[in-house]
Amino acid sequence: MIIESTPQLGLVATLQYFCTTATIQLLILSAFSWVQFKSATTSLSLSLQRDSSEMSVIPNNHVATSISSSSCTFLGQHKLSTTIRTKNVWLPAKYTGICKCVATPEQTAYTTKVSRNFNIGKLQAGYLFPEVARRKTAHLLKYPDAQVISLGIGDTTEPIPEVITSAMAKKAYALSTREGYSGYGAEQGEKPLRAAICSEYYANLGIEADDVFVSDGAKCDISRLQVVFGSNVTIAVQDPSYPAYVDSSVIMGQTGQYQKDVEKFSNIEYMRCTPENGFFPDLSTVSRTDIIFFCSPNNPTGAAASREQLTQLVQFAKKNGSIIVYDSAYAMYMSDDYPKSIFEIPGAKEVAIETASFSKYAGFTGVRLGWTVIPKDLLFSDGFPVAKDFNRIVCTCFNGASNISQAGGLACLTPEGLEAMQEVIGFYKENTKIIMETFISLGFKVYGGKNAPYVWIHFPGQSSWDVFSEILEKTHVVTTPGSGFGPGGEGFVRVSAFGHRENVVEACRRFKQLYK
Amino acid sequence: MASSTQCQINVLSSERSVEKFNRITLRQTDKVYVLDHKKVGNRCCLNTTKDKLYESIYHFSNAELLEISEHHRTKVARNVNLERLQKNYLFPEISARELEHLEKYPNAKIISLGIGDTTQPIPDIVAHTMSDFARDLSTRKGYRGYGAEQGNKELRKAVADTFYGDVTVKDTEVFISDGSQCDISRLQLLLGSEVSIAVQDPNFPAYMDSSVIIGQSGEFQDNMSKYKNVEYMTCRPENNFFPDLSTASRTDIIFFCSPNNPTGHAATYKQLQQLVEFAKKNGSIIVYDSAYAAYITDESPRSIYEIPGAKEVAIEISSFSKIAGFTGVRLGWTVVPEELLYSNGFPVIHDFNRIVCTCFNGASSIAQAGGLACLSPDGLKAIYSVVDYYKENANVLLNTFASMGLKAYGGVNAPYVWVHFPGSRSWDVFAEILEKANIITVPGSGFGPGGEEYIRVTAFGHRESILEASARLKRLYC
Repeated sequence: MIIESTPQLGLVATLQYFCTTATIQLLILSAFSWVQFKSATTSLSLSLQRDSSEMSVIPNNHVATSISSSSCTFLGQHKLSTTIRTKNVWLPAKYTGICKCVATPEQTAYTTKVSRNFNIGKLQAGYLFPEVARRKTAHLLKYPDAQVISLGIGDTTEPIPEVITSAMAKKAYALSTREGYSGYGAEQGEKPLRAAICSEYYANLGIEADDVFVSDGAKCDISRLQVVFGSNVTIAVQDPSYPAYVDSSVIMGQTGQYQKDVEKFSNIEYMRCTPENGFFPDLSTVSRTDIIFFCSPNNPTGAAASREQLTQLVQFAKKNGSIIVYDSAYAMYMSDDYPKSIFEIPGAKEVAIETASFSKYAGFTGVRLGWTVIPKDLLFSDGFPVAKDFNRIVCTCFNGASNISQAGGLACLTPEGLEAMQEVIGFYKENTKIIMETFISLGFKVYGGKNAPYVWIHFPGQSSWDVFSEILEKTHVVTTPGSGFGPGGEGFVRVSAFGHRENVVEACRRFKQLYK
Repeated sequence: MASSTQCQINVLSSERSVEKFNRITLRQTDKVYVLDHKKVGNRCCLNTTKDKLYESIYHFSNAELLEISEHHRTKVARNVNLERLQKNYLFPEISARELEHLEKYPNAKIISLGIGDTTQPIPDIVAHTMSDFARDLSTRKGYRGYGAEQGNKELRKAVADTFYGDVTVKDTEVFISDGSQCDISRLQLLLGSEVSIAVQDPNFPAYMDSSVIIGQSGEFQDNMSKYKNVEYMTCRPENNFFPDLSTASRTDIIFFCSPNNPTGHAATYKQLQQLVEFAKKNGSIIVYDSAYAAYITDESPRSIYEIPGAKEVAIEISSFSKIAGFTGVRLGWTVVPEELLYSNGFPVIHDFNRIVCTCFNGASSIAQAGGLACLSPDGLKAIYSVVDYYKENANVLLNTFASMGLKAYGGVNAPYVWVHFPGSRSWDVFAEILEKANIITVPGSGFGPGGEEYIRVTAFGHRESILEASARLKRLYC
């Protein structure tokens, strides 16, 4: 099958390929049209469509970033992995010549007449952490005997304390008995758990148990909050920031297009957080937005905001009539005596929502449990309480966290459970210390680490994905490139402190070797 | 003396505990006040029903208003889509009614045949597996952190093999979820606000409500009790609970549930063939909800993919809730075939994967371990025997209504019985059954205008409750 595309057609082609162990299919792309082909077991069929709606989605000079290393690199330099993946890759908009493929054309693949969600098309690449995971997998394929150490994705590694797992085991077992069986739980969470979260973390802050909504994790609640807010709100994020805020915003349709030159989505206010400003934005330069996402202790920089800074933030939100979504998932990692909850700041109840998680306290990354606090005093512009709309979303778009996980959460908040969690947190904090000391001793400018399980390391003048790749290639250690968290992360690499002690120590030994 | 200037205030929202309203948010023109019961005492009307509260107009003098003091409001506009929702989600509404009834009659022995909540214990083999898995999380070897957002590989494969073995769905096309209700909303996030939808009428409210929330539905038209941009496909006994597709307009998405909640009808092979052809002709995507497939008694298809061509037009969602009693444990799945393409050729599965990776973080690892145990040979035997138990309940209920001379549908291929009370308003029948027999059901109009005159009775319950409920109903209507 030969396709000839002429410059006059002005095509931008989209490459979609299936990678199998048996076949490699590649296309050289040219300018502005869809080329889509689908392989049946032995043949290729190809359809060429000119889809003008796509042209507006793909700006000129758009270069693909959605290539993952575990799929085949297009232009075919590498052997393909065994994973069967489809990847869409947009290539440079300049005309590069004739497109040649070799296969027998069959009937055009059937397509529905449903338009792709325009908003998802704005996303530049896969979500950051699966991308990192893919690179790790590709690396393992390349070096099957390498002892890869993962300090990339913030995945907990230490076992969950027994006081917590035995409660979950007991609950699971009880589900097989008539007396112990329970079906649907309240979508907002079990009352005792809501009350325990309230009394442990929000005592004397004017928050009540029914302000607490139990979730299956902060990441899921971020998207549920976006569904509450809808597509007509504007958001501000720290730069760099945890990618779920920006990505969920794009998906909801709150943003404009991605602007390649500045690596930002239009319509999002990016609040630069750098060593120079102590990782707290200069609010006098920040435009008003409806929603402000703020994470403290921060992922990825590790910076924790002081009482004074948070007071500024709350005042800023009050003045502008904004809503702060305060992500406190790492609060218990704080060493400094900074606020653990936004509601410690006077006036915060009228401007803020707080979201948190058991993931990094109790190793619940797989078990799935978190919570969101929405004070009754938080009102939309017409006076309608935000909590009421969130409750509606929780009842309609969710069906409660797993009852077994919730039993675990309740055990976490017993005196024994709290003590056990502190031990696990202390363990990871010790890891953080080791990593920090290593990089400091190597002469790097190192940030974070004191109040969060992340170390934020500066590699001036370098591309963070390049540093990521170099570290991976030469030390077999996975980190996370700072630019994955926003343009403000360029030149930095995040090293997470979750890992078995021996792995963290070994990784540090390898860092010392690489950078001595 | 209080100033004689009175001003009228409208109720925006209220928080109500058992007997009194604790907090009422009121608006007067552009000012918002929050009445805290602790501060203003009896002015928060005691024992007023919610509807009456919202009809109320409060009169306060200026001095009193100053005392209450104006409340800070953000400048964030409320999402207009949420304003379009007409009332609370159906099932919490049912729960609220149950609570109210209990307040009125504290000694009433209420039998709940309302919300489809499973009651029978989870089989040992499944519960013990989850218990052991949880315990192992305390060991270095057994500890698991983040799982793949799409679900545990083994479980995906087990789902594909168990439920789709004959129709060759790949494990990579199976996405494990924390339940269908959640995945319905994730699918809406995927599809976006610009698509048009069709739903059966009556139907499971999550399709409709999530559609309103995401912005697809348009305005609610009071006179017809329908949303402007939604195509309602009437399903009644007269058309064998399958819509007349020749009169149906084209929509991008068609939500179709079979066996159906609430009518209990399982679509036949021929009917589903028509549906797939209709979708193909119109370039539509079917979202096929097969949560009750395990309840099918006859030859009705258990998966949409039994119909040739369905892979190019349909997404299938399903759940462990009603097959394994996982209503609280939370586990389900969605199948998105690789062949399903948007109009520009882009695979839907790619975008769904992106949603799952960004807006979700996987179902609980413990629940997934339980799911895997369910799909072992012994597990399947055990969970299906619980399904049989509920099916026997449905049979009892069907016989009960038949003996009462009422037309009852469903109950054969689904754990729901759909009972016709001609000429009645379903909320009235609901209230009467509750008041006089202390039985909770679900009024048909909660599922759409096509449900008016019907009541849904679920077959989930302990056998003795089902039998007791049957006895009470016979006494009530004979």
